[in-house]
Amino acid sequence: MSVKKFITGSFYEEAKLFPAVKKVRRSGYKIHDIFTPFPIHGLDKAMGLRDTSLHIAGFIYGITGTTTALGFITWALTVDWQLDFGGKPFFSLPAWIPITFELTVLFSAIGMVLTFCYLCQIAPFVKKDHFNLRSTDDTFVMALECTETTNEAEVISFLESLGAVDVGVQYKETGWWLGRYDKESKRIEQNVETAHS
Amino acid sequence: MAIREKFITSKKYNLIAITLMVIGVLTIIGLYATHGAKADPKEQARFWGSLLQNSVYFLLVVNAVMFFICATTLAWSGWQMSFRRVSEAISACVPVIGTICGVILLIIVFGNNHELYHWTDTEHVRHDRILSFKAGFLNKNFFTIMTVCTILGWSFLGWKMRKLSRSIDDKKLSIEEGKKFMYRNTVWSAVFIVVFALTVMSSTPWLWLMSIDAHWYSTLYSWYTFASTFVAGVALITLFVIFLKNNNYLELTNKEHLHDLGKFQFAFSIFWSYLWFAQFMLIWYANIPEETTYFKPRAQGMFSGIFWLMLTINFVAPILIYMSRDSKRNYATLTFMSTLLLFGHWLDLYQMVFPGSQTESVPFILWDFGVALGFVGVIMFFTARTLSRYPLISKSHPFIKESVIHHT
Repeated sequence: MSVKKFITGSFYEEAKLFPAVKKVRRSGYKIHDIFTPFPIHGLDKAMGLRDTSLHIAGFIYGITGTTTALGFITWALTVDWQLDFGGKPFFSLPAWIPITFELTVLFSAIGMVLTFCYLCQIAPFVKKDHFNLRSTDDTFVMALECTETTNEAEVISFLESLGAVDVGVQYKETGWWLGRYDKESKRIEQNVETAHS
Repeated sequence: MAIREKFITSKKYNLIAITLMVIGVLTIIGLYATHGAKADPKEQARFWGSLLQNSVYFLLVVNAVMFFICATTLAWSGWQMSFRRVSEAISACVPVIGTICGVILLIIVFGNNHELYHWTDTEHVRHDRILSFKAGFLNKNFFTIMTVCTILGWSFLGWKMRKLSRSIDDKKLSIEEGKKFMYRNTVWSAVFIVVFALTVMSSTPWLWLMSIDAHWYSTLYSWYTFASTFVAGVALITLFVIFLKNNNYLELTNKEHLHDLGKFQFAFSIFWSYLWFAQFMLIWYANIPEETTYFKPRAQGMFSGIFWLMLTINFVAPILIYMSRDSKRNYATLTFMSTLLLFGHWLDLYQMVFPGSQTESVPFILWDFGVALGFVGVIMFFTARTLSRYPLISKSHPFIKESVIHHT
């Protein structure tokens, strides 16, 4: 991915955040993301995010599980290794339903967890840049993406007029990368943050 | 936003309800003339079976609506407050349909026709080893006491819950009063749930429906019946809520609430399928003759068409149509699916009741459908009557705000 320029501001109250989001969007600035310590109902709608497609992925994983289970059991018990269970026909669907059900659930559960991790860019050993560590504690952090033509001073004063504090310019990596906590690593050294007072 | 306090029943609405009731009565008369009045006990059983199926189904459905109220009250859920008066109004049909159902059940049990409940034939039971074992449970006295107590219990507790809800209509509650009100609500809901668990979830369907196939038994049967009628009950609430929304009532109810009702229907349809399969698969797997007799006429015999159609409507349709979020927020799909599910679970009861007594041919289903329309008319009429008497929104309820801001 790439390192981009952002202007970030912190909010302490939902009551200030929501009108700020509205005004920022109306002014045409691009909100990169808003980092909050807990899910805020309605914020996704206010930001204009589209509905997640995680559930569609889940459905696809689910039917993959269904077909895998039914396909494999059918092949195994009718073609490959026919077994007589109490005189039942080789193709005895009701007996396979529980396994089909389990595999559907298993596939969709594991698939959805992995997809969720991918969409949120979280995984073991994977690192991501923080804009402000207090977004994990008590602060809502809004990050606006800058382009070449962005007038920094104007955006900063605009954010401050909306009630943001700690407004400033930051250069951050937008993607995620494999890495471990390493005090020697220059890159990570660059990104060490101290909580703002 | 102006809130329309009370539902005003339009003349057209009442006309439809009364027409449906008239159709029901005419069908019952027609059915009696063609079947019930005949000397052949099987023909008589066809007449009484139709009344039994319809009255029990609609009684259990309107009573399941009271269960919905009590279960959500016990869970302290606020979201249903904005349309709770609708559920209450539907549950106000319990005493009416309960009386009809009780009379029908007692006539069947004390009548001379033993085709439907052949455990009522004392002479036969004496020579029947299985039935004489069951005589402690399946006898006329116990049946009568249970039936009367059950219907009276449901009617009384439902009335109590409705009265509690209306008692705060013109008050403004303080926090202490609100807590006390919620406590009393919780206690009475808990009492209702206990009674419900001992009746619908265990003994009542065994007595009313399963004893038609008196030799056969299934412990899951009552749970299965409960799931069936609960889906239908939530579907009924959804239909009434949508009807009122379309007539510009229930301003505080919006798509979020309907979405949750859709979720309830979806979840309990899957729950129903689970129970259906749990009952079916064990019997299919074990393949013991005295157990498979139940499914033989249904899954493979004459009733197989209705049986598999019912399974398609009640399982395949909801899982495919209700899966997506948008369909649960759309009035048209909700109306369509709610109607379909009400019909599907009615078919379910149909195939539970008739194969036991009708062994030669499948009864002509339109007769039963006509009787069902009569009961639909009864529900429409009495629900609207209750709706128009009391405010549509319980303004002072402590949870009303939670319902207003509810979203999913």
